[in-house]
Amino acid sequence: MPRPGFVLDVDRSTPPILFWAGEGFRLERLPAERSRVIYPPEPLDPLPHPEAAIRHALLNPLGDSKPLPELLFPGMRLTIAFDDISLPLPPMQRPDVRQRVIEAVLDMAAEAGVDDVHLIAALALHRRMTEPELRHAVGDRVYDAFAPTGHLYNMDAEDTDNMAYLGSTEQGEEVEIVRRAAESDLLVYVNINLVAMDGGWKSTATGLASYRSLRHHHNVRTLQHSRSLMDRHKSALHTSNWRMGKVITDAGVKIFQIETTLNTDTFPPPFDFLMKREWEWSAKDRALFLGSSKSLARAPSRLARQIFHSIKAPHAMASVQAGEVDAVHEETIRNVHRQQLVEVEGQTDVLTMGLPYICPYNVNSIMNPILVMCLGLGYFFNLYRNKPLVREGGVLIMSHPTPWEFHPVHHPSYIDFFEQVLAETTDPLRIEAEFEKSYAEDEWYRHLYRTSYAYHGVHPFYMWYWGAHALQHLGRVIIVGGEPRAVRRLGFMAASTMNDALEMASDVVGHSPTITHLHAPPLLLADVQ
Amino acid sequence: MKALLFERKVAKYAAAAVAGRFVPGKGAAVGPISLQDIDQPELPASGWVRVRPRLSGICGSDLATIDGHSSRYFEPIVSFPFVPGHEVVGDLDDGTRVVLVPILTCVPRGIDPPCAQCTGGQPNGCERVAFGHIEPGLQTGFCESTGGGWSTAFAAHESQLIKAPDDLSDEAAVMVEPAACAIHAAGLAKNGRSIVVLGAGTIGQLTIAALRHLGYEGSLTATARHPHQRDLALQLGADRVAAPTELSRVVRAQEHAMVVGDQLTAGVSDVLDCIGSAESIEQGLRVLEPGGHHRLVGMPGVTSLDLTPVWHRELHIGGSYAYTPTDFAAAVELVRTADLGRLVTATYPLARYREAIDHAANAGTRGAVKIAFDLRNEKERNR
Repeated sequence: MPRPGFVLDVDRSTPPILFWAGEGFRLERLPAERSRVIYPPEPLDPLPHPEAAIRHALLNPLGDSKPLPELLFPGMRLTIAFDDISLPLPPMQRPDVRQRVIEAVLDMAAEAGVDDVHLIAALALHRRMTEPELRHAVGDRVYDAFAPTGHLYNMDAEDTDNMAYLGSTEQGEEVEIVRRAAESDLLVYVNINLVAMDGGWKSTATGLASYRSLRHHHNVRTLQHSRSLMDRHKSALHTSNWRMGKVITDAGVKIFQIETTLNTDTFPPPFDFLMKREWEWSAKDRALFLGSSKSLARAPSRLARQIFHSIKAPHAMASVQAGEVDAVHEETIRNVHRQQLVEVEGQTDVLTMGLPYICPYNVNSIMNPILVMCLGLGYFFNLYRNKPLVREGGVLIMSHPTPWEFHPVHHPSYIDFFEQVLAETTDPLRIEAEFEKSYAEDEWYRHLYRTSYAYHGVHPFYMWYWGAHALQHLGRVIIVGGEPRAVRRLGFMAASTMNDALEMASDVVGHSPTITHLHAPPLLLADVQ
Repeated sequence: MKALLFERKVAKYAAAAVAGRFVPGKGAAVGPISLQDIDQPELPASGWVRVRPRLSGICGSDLATIDGHSSRYFEPIVSFPFVPGHEVVGDLDDGTRVVLVPILTCVPRGIDPPCAQCTGGQPNGCERVAFGHIEPGLQTGFCESTGGGWSTAFAAHESQLIKAPDDLSDEAAVMVEPAACAIHAAGLAKNGRSIVVLGAGTIGQLTIAALRHLGYEGSLTATARHPHQRDLALQLGADRVAAPTELSRVVRAQEHAMVVGDQLTAGVSDVLDCIGSAESIEQGLRVLEPGGHHRLVGMPGVTSLDLTPVWHRELHIGGSYAYTPTDFAAAVELVRTADLGRLVTATYPLARYREAIDHAANAGTRGAVKIAFDLRNEKERNR
């Protein structure tokens, strides 16, 4: 029976606590009597027979949906859209959950005599997936059957001829999604719900949408009113997606949503000690920590990156549900909470977190400073329900090396954003007003997004907006071990040690602040009372 | 009198060329320049006067000469041995403080009638720089007859002198001549749509300041290798400063260009190249829009260059040499309003000329901009 998450009050006997720091880790001793550590729940037991569970979900849909076989008929146009490379994190060991689900859907489609099937990677404005990445997601059998004939592909949100405008919400939000998906007799969306933010109408209204559509909710105002992004009923981003979902439904798009949740079995041996609580480390775990820390510190950053990005998570499917979008998503969220929710009493003055080497936008890539900001202030800060873990005006301390380094193929507009935009201002509202349009409409970025493997020109803006709520909420942000020049460009402060960071925080929160450490990954969701 | 004398010594020139290639400024130690006691230059004719330098700057063209990088193009328009130094503020015998206008044109050469260029108000294009009653030399500092600023005295024609305004310090006054070069270059480009200034040494910085001084309001991008250069360029009016390796990326984003190979499809209208190397010219050509102008402000030399984009995109490569009298007048005002005397980072006595040249040759890495010789305390000057 997996143990639930819990909150440890740090006392003098508490061993040093593990902090992720990019492609490395550090052990930090937190002040006794006023610090606490939030540990994630242990991984739920996997579904014992995932194929059977998937089939059961497809045959017993939730909400007012019919079973999948009843929605399939000869001569129909079937589109299967699936989440892209940004999920799950780290990428999971084969077979990927998408492969299992897609194979089950295709088997049923074949039985029904459906032969017009398209499989579309739902990128929105993310970079295109490479062939190996697509193969990993859908499996070789599916890839070899569909990709060579052009029936499995990355979506292109800038291919205006192949995007369909479906109408606007009452708030004037335009809805434009991939034409093939909109005009199919049935759209099956295959989702992975790694965190509570994923899934629901966000799958279709965001995953298959264009800039024209996305700009209505991927903006500063909306993100500042998403409290949190992980709490869909208090998230303006989700509310907007749900409004768009109504437009999609009203336009006659028939959707069969398949959502899966994964357990938090995140790191395979020899890195599995990273999921353990420090006082439960064995002698072998301690040796592994010491050995890997020292060798990673000595290794060139490129090698360390290669080592970490070769990790494939042993994630296992914890639930699968299918059918009508809302009903499915409610069940999905219940299952995410079952895995990740940890009850936490009250807010803290200082929130600490160790940022790992990976976020949704640097799979097989480089975690550049903008992504460091997004991971810390956009994702980890938002891992709460009810109230942020840190009080308003409090301090966020993150550990990450934050190198001034970018992947030139994946993140070309990020480089310009960092060099040009952040050199001018870090204010999200100014950035949005003065710079967003020119980046979004830049022909070169468009070209790279469409033909190379680049994130869309506007994407770094969204990363910055993702942290807009945290920027508004926090009194100071400090990055321990961060490259000072890069950290300053982000508008934050760099500290070389945790003690220095706490000293720097004292200007804002006094000399004896309460401290809470978010011990993630594995991921958790703090339910702050 | 004491002077740094540059002699025609082929072996030493070759040694300087080798040494200068490896260590900038090293030509001073092994090349044909040395500190000597020489006779004061005779005044060539009436209208010539003696100038006793107060400050005399070290310019990029001086460094190229010392390090043996200069083109053989100059051979017929310089005369050996010569005393370098053409950025000068000095005193006349009557105590008047003057700034030297070093170009040696028809009037100081006693050529009458003057050539068409001089008559037309473009003395920087003088067609007679190797003729007249003084030896060949395009400027004071490259002419055997006149001597130059790196000494305690030299000869100058009255037409080459302007009175230094009382409100300009010596440091400011010694910047007037290079500022005039910058005014001239900026004047050629000031109507451009968008401009890149390559290089953030003295001339690069002055050119940025000159563009703004002349009222240029368009986009101005500069390149700089070092933080102090970057800060100064921004202070003087650059909108943005890119590391040299980042220029294409920055211009692309600014101009919303596409990229084909390493060439931008769109770009800036004008490049003012204050470096003058093959690399800088190629860099400039890459970021120009079709029909754009690449202007060489820094002195180039022999270069190997792929001119295909010049043909294909109908680009223009041109030069910007020296200044007109109007430019010189504007330079005084520029130096005053932009407080350019602050660019003089360090001064040296003649006896420490190797250190001075080393400092000037490595100004960027050493956080400096302009290095000058300070002759004000030379004993024989004050006898």
